[in-house]
Amino acid sequence: MEKTATLPFKGTKEQEAKLMEVIAEHKGQKGATIPVLHKAQEIYGYLPIEVQTMIAEGLDVPLAEIYGVVTFYTQFSLNPKGEYQIGVCLGTACYVKGSGDILEEIKEILKIDVGECTPDGKFSLEATRCVGACGLAPVVTINDDVYGRLNKGEIGAILAKY
Amino acid sequence: MVNLKINGMDVSVPEGYTVLQAAREAGIDIPTLCYLKDVSQTGSCRMCVVEIKGARALQAACVYPVAEGIEVLTHSPRVKKARKATLELILSNHDRKCLTCTRNQKCELQTLCDELGVNDIPYLGVRNEYDIDDLSTSIVRDNNKCVLCRRCVSACKNVQTVSVIDTMERGFITKVGCAFDKSLSSTACVNCGQCIVACPVGALREKESTDVVWDAIADEDKYVIVQTAPAVRAALGEEFGYEIGTPVTGKMVAALKRLGFDKAFDTDTGADFTIMEEGTELLDRLQNGGKLPLITSCSPGWIKFCEHNFPDFLDNLSSCKSPHQMFGAILKSYYAKKEGIDPKKMFVVSVMPCVAKKFESSREEMEADGIRDVDAVITTRELAKMIKQSGIKFTELPDEEFDNPFEEATGAGVIFGTTGGVTEAALRTVYELVENKTLDKVEFEAVRGTEGIKEATVTLGGKDVRVAIAHGLGNARKLLDSIRSGEKNYEFIEVMACPGGCVTGGGQPICSAKTHMDIDVKATRAKALYSEDERLTIRKSHENPDVKKIYDEFLEKPGSHIAHELLHTHYKARPKY
Repeated sequence: MEKTATLPFKGTKEQEAKLMEVIAEHKGQKGATIPVLHKAQEIYGYLPIEVQTMIAEGLDVPLAEIYGVVTFYTQFSLNPKGEYQIGVCLGTACYVKGSGDILEEIKEILKIDVGECTPDGKFSLEATRCVGACGLAPVVTINDDVYGRLNKGEIGAILAKY
Repeated sequence: MVNLKINGMDVSVPEGYTVLQAAREAGIDIPTLCYLKDVSQTGSCRMCVVEIKGARALQAACVYPVAEGIEVLTHSPRVKKARKATLELILSNHDRKCLTCTRNQKCELQTLCDELGVNDIPYLGVRNEYDIDDLSTSIVRDNNKCVLCRRCVSACKNVQTVSVIDTMERGFITKVGCAFDKSLSSTACVNCGQCIVACPVGALREKESTDVVWDAIADEDKYVIVQTAPAVRAALGEEFGYEIGTPVTGKMVAALKRLGFDKAFDTDTGADFTIMEEGTELLDRLQNGGKLPLITSCSPGWIKFCEHNFPDFLDNLSSCKSPHQMFGAILKSYYAKKEGIDPKKMFVVSVMPCVAKKFESSREEMEADGIRDVDAVITTRELAKMIKQSGIKFTELPDEEFDNPFEEATGAGVIFGTTGGVTEAALRTVYELVENKTLDKVEFEAVRGTEGIKEATVTLGGKDVRVAIAHGLGNARKLLDSIRSGEKNYEFIEVMACPGGCVTGGGQPICSAKTHMDIDVKATRAKALYSEDERLTIRKSHENPDVKKIYDEFLEKPGSHIAHELLHTHYKARPKY
C-alpha cells in the first residue's frame, strides 16, 4: 500500500533555500546522502516525499535509494512530530504489564500508526524502548508528562486533557 | 596464472578469477543465489560460502579472488551445514506455494533445496505477508516469494539505471519495493522486465494475458490473428528442452496453427515496414536539415525511459511505431479490407520477447479511427505455457510456414531481434536507395556483437553518417549524456532497452544464474537470428514483395499521409519521480 502523508506538506521557500544550500555543499561527494538527510530533517523536522524528491534530484541519487536509507535508519522520520509527542514504552517491564494493549488503544483512538502524526498535527505516536521508569510500568509519556500504572481504560481521558 | 588447490586438486586459473569461477572451471558447482553474472555480485546471500585454509570465517566464493597457494574446500561438512542452515532460514520466510508458482520447476530456490538436500523446514516462525503489486500493465511483484537476493534491484539500478526499486526498511521486515511503497505503475518504471529475468524465484512475473487470448480464440465471432517477433523463434525452443540458440521457427508456426489462431503471421513484415518508414525519415532529416541524430523507436522500454529521463530528446525519436504496432495497424486496415473482415471483429495477438510491449500496446495513441492496433500481447514464456496447456508435443511438430500473404519476410526483419540488427537492416535499405546500387555484401560486421556501445561510420551519397548503437538502458544513458554534453555527435542511433536486444528481452525464457556462468546467452541467441537471416533469399526490407505491393496498392509511398496515420506515433514527456 502506498504510504501517503497524514497531513499536507507545509514547506516554506526559506526552508527550500536552506536545503538547496546543503545539497550544493555536498553535491558530488561520496556518501553525501546521509549527511544531507540529517540536515534536511533539521530543516523540516521530518522527511516527506517532497523533501526526499528534492534531495534525489539535487544529489542525482535515485528516490528509491533515498527512501531505502530513510526507512533503514530509525532516526529518520517520514512524518512530522505532533504538538504533543506520545511515547509508549515497550520495554520488557512495561510490555509484560500490558503496554502493548495500551499502544493498540491509542492507535485506535487517534487512528494513526506508530511513527505517524494526526491530520490536525496535534499528536504523534512513537513506541519507545525502556524509559527507565519500570517501577511505574506500564508507562506512557506525552511530551514531558509521565503517566504510570496505566490501564487502557484510562487512555481516553488522558488524551482528552490535551 | 594463479595456482590454488580446490578440494585437494591442483587448479590453475587466470588472475582476477573468483573462487566461484575457478571451481566452475575445475568442474565443481558451488551453489549461488544472489550472484548473477554481469548483474549482481555482492556476496550477501552466503549460499556460496567456502572454507579457505587459514581464513577465520567462511568466505563467499562469488566475490573471493583467487590467490597463489590458497586451499579451498567447497563441500566440507562445515560448509554444507552453513549453507543448509542459511537456506532453511530463507525458506522459513518464503511463501512455499510452489505447485501454483509461475516458476515451478524453473526456480533456483527449488533447485537449491534439491541440491542441498533440504527435506524439512525446521524454523516455523512468523512469516511476512505482503500485498501483491499487480497494477502495472507489464510486471507483477509478489514479495511473499522474494528471497531478498537483490538481483532485481541491481538489474534495475546498476544495469538499466532506471532505479525505481530498492531495498527498504531493515531486519526482518526488509523488502524490495518502490519509494513510499508506490506501485511500479506509478513510478518511472519502463517495463523492460529485466527484473523478471534476473529473479531466481517467482517474486516477479509478467502480467499474464493468456486468458484473454484463449477467450478470443474460443469466440467464434472473432477473427484471431497472431504475429510473432523475430526474437521469439530464437528462444522459444528452450522452454521445450532445446539448446540455447536453436531457432524453432517452423515448429513455432506449426504450434500457433494448432492453438487455433485463424492466421499466423511474422512480425518481420512489420519490421520491413519500419525500415521503409524509418529509412525514409532518416534520409529526409539528413537531406532537409531535420533533427539529428535520429533515434530508433522500436523498443518500448527505451521509449518510456526517454520520456521520463531525456525529454529533451523526444524530437530525436523516430516517429515510427514499433514493428508489431505497425503490422497490427496494417492488418486491421489493408488486410481486413482485402479479406472482407470487419476490423472490429479482428483480434490481433502479438507474441513478443518483451513485457514493455504490453504497456506499449495499451498506450492510447496506438490506434487508428478508434480501432486498436493490437489487442493482446503475450511473452515468449506465455506462448510456451499455451502450447503446454494444449497438449501439443512441440518437439514432434513438423516445420510449417507462416500464412499467406506476408510469408516473404526478410532477413533484415529477422535480425531486428538482436542489438545492431535494426541498424544493419536500415543500412541495407538506405544504402541501396541512396547509392542506387546493390550491396556486394549485406553484412555490416561493425554493428554486430555484444559490446555495450558500438560506433560505425557509413558513407551515404558522399556524406559520412555517424552511427551509434546502445543496448541496455545504462549504455543508452551514457550515450545520450555524451551527446547532451556535446562530447559526441551522431546522425543515427539505435537503442534497445534490454542488454543484448530483444533476444534477451524481459519476456524471454529465463536462464538460471548457472546457465549465465557457462553460456553467453545474448550472443548465442543472436547467432540463431543471424543464421536465419543467412538462410533467407530476401534479406533487404525494400525487396520484400508484400511490402512493395502494399505501398503500391494502399500506402502510396513511405512517409505518405496515410502511412503517417497508420504507422507513426508521438511521444510525451513523463515525470521522473
